Amino acid sequence: MSDEMKDGENMSTANVTGSKALSDVAANRMKDRMPGTTPIGTGLEARNIHAWFSKHLAVEDVSLDFNAGTVTALIGPSGCGKSTFIRTINRMHEFIPGAAMAGEVLLNGEDVYARGVDVTKIRLKIGMVFQKPNPFPSMTIGENVLSGLKLAQLKVANKDDLMEDCLERAGLWSEVKDRLGAHAGGLSGGQQQRLCIARSLAVNPKVLLMDEPCSALDPGSTLRIEETIHELSKTMTIIIVTHNMQQAARVSDYTAFFLSDGGPGKLIEVGPTSEIFSRPRDQRTENYVSGRFG
Amino acid sequence: MSSISPSQTTVSPREIFTKPRVSDRIFRGVLNVMSFSSLAILTLIGSFLMLRGFQTFQSEGLHFITGFDWNSTVNDGVETSTFGLGSMLIGTLLISGTALVIGVPLSVLTALYLNFYAPMQIRKFMITILDLMAAFPSILYGLWGYFILMPMAEYWAKLLNKYLGWIPAFSVPQPAFTRSPFVAGLVLAIMIIPIITSVSREVFSQTPLDRIQAAYALGATKWKMIKTVVLPFGSGGVVGGAMLGLGRAMGETVAVYMVLNIAFSANLKVLYGVGGNVASMIVSRWGESTLLESKALLAAGFVLFMMTLVVNFLANFIVKRAIKSGK
Repeated sequence: MSDEMKDGENMSTANVTGSKALSDVAANRMKDRMPGTTPIGTGLEARNIHAWFSKHLAVEDVSLDFNAGTVTALIGPSGCGKSTFIRTINRMHEFIPGAAMAGEVLLNGEDVYARGVDVTKIRLKIGMVFQKPNPFPSMTIGENVLSGLKLAQLKVANKDDLMEDCLERAGLWSEVKDRLGAHAGGLSGGQQQRLCIARSLAVNPKVLLMDEPCSALDPGSTLRIEETIHELSKTMTIIIVTHNMQQAARVSDYTAFFLSDGGPGKLIEVGPTSEIFSRPRDQRTENYVSGRFG
Repeated sequence: MSSISPSQTTVSPREIFTKPRVSDRIFRGVLNVMSFSSLAILTLIGSFLMLRGFQTFQSEGLHFITGFDWNSTVNDGVETSTFGLGSMLIGTLLISGTALVIGVPLSVLTALYLNFYAPMQIRKFMITILDLMAAFPSILYGLWGYFILMPMAEYWAKLLNKYLGWIPAFSVPQPAFTRSPFVAGLVLAIMIIPIITSVSREVFSQTPLDRIQAAYALGATKWKMIKTVVLPFGSGGVVGGAMLGLGRAMGETVAVYMVLNIAFSANLKVLYGVGGNVASMIVSRWGESTLLESKALLAAGFVLFMMTLVVNFLANFIVKRAIKSGK
């Protein structure tokens, strides 16, 4: 009960409107830790990414660098290719029949699409959290956290410690520590999503992709996840797709704006989040972040 | 809004009535009759078998199910008889059980291959072939089983007996390996593969995409993903499909009749060339049956009818629940 109240209070302060206030939030966030200065995490570069669904070109020529230990938000209206773009990064795009891509994704300088690369190992290094919370319903909470180890056939010395550590970092430990044996389906949507984050952490990824992780959640849960992102960014590189510009301002160091003019989605502009929200170079970015369309 | 809340009892919902056109009512009537006709036919068949076999049920009592002897002799116009269906019931279970043991793994693997591994062209082609297999007349399976499968199966049976003979089910009292429940089970397995594959494929294809993606995103190989996500999700459907297969296997007549040495003996040894199932026994006895025996055969038909009905009902229930709930 008191937790909810606290969440509510936080929300009212965080839920500010207007680009001026937004940029203030972002500036505070920037002061907290300068992006790209932390040596931890792993660098990721996307070069000239194109993505097709059959004949339809969905993403055209996107190049983006993600510095180690930063949070980058991808914003833009629906259908601008943000999700498709991040799905090319951990090679989830290729599961769709007829999907194709061009370009390179370099993880610490190595092309994840190179011949001879074990794609399952790539997905261990580049974890993903999806839009809809998707814990394995037949498993318990604890089993869900450790499911990645089983799926990727990894061994760890102490599973209980790892489980606690992951749930702690995902901000869920205190809520579930007494019912690790319960089935995951009984958790709320927000708890399920944090469970999914904990699950991706268990295989120790260097990069975490988040595809609109809060779009199915209430404001309180959203805030908890944003706090989690903030914590995680100390140890890994995070890329988050979001429709919520305030969220982008709150959680990210860098923001990239995608747009489709009816054709394929393109990268319009990228820069430090405070700049994108306060003084974007491109008029279209300005129009979008000020809420004139999208 | 508050005026329609149930706490204020003054307003009750209006009855909404749509007067159908005459043509619509005629059409609806025709559909009603047509759709209930199959239920009527089923009921009529059941009651016919029940009525005709009633005398047997009355005279034999529980012995009809539990007894193992089936004799009827006519001396000076007086017919003496005893009818026990037990050995045939055991045979039915043994043969269909064998068919399931062989058919289910093959079907599940085929379904997994078609859903997750096969290229599109091969998938379409294979599904057509499987549908064709389901529609094949069973006499063709019987003929093929008799001429091609039986000699091969005899060899496999001998191998099984040689190396696994210490398991009671694989032992034989005498070296008689042809026309055994094993051969009949093999033929039946091939006959039920299409139905089990089709149901399993249907259930596997309903696996929620977000769970599949979750597994892949955690670094799962395809096989690990299938083991962790698809099989737990589809297990109910596979059980249902197997039950549908069992329903078909239990009622199969001609194919079993051709490859099995039908004899009234409570044989639990799957490799031993003696056995029978209810359906093929009815066929084999019908031509030369006496008056009393023909009644007993109809009673046996009623037992088969009920068994098939129950198994199919259960199967449908399980398949529907498996597809709907999605666990």
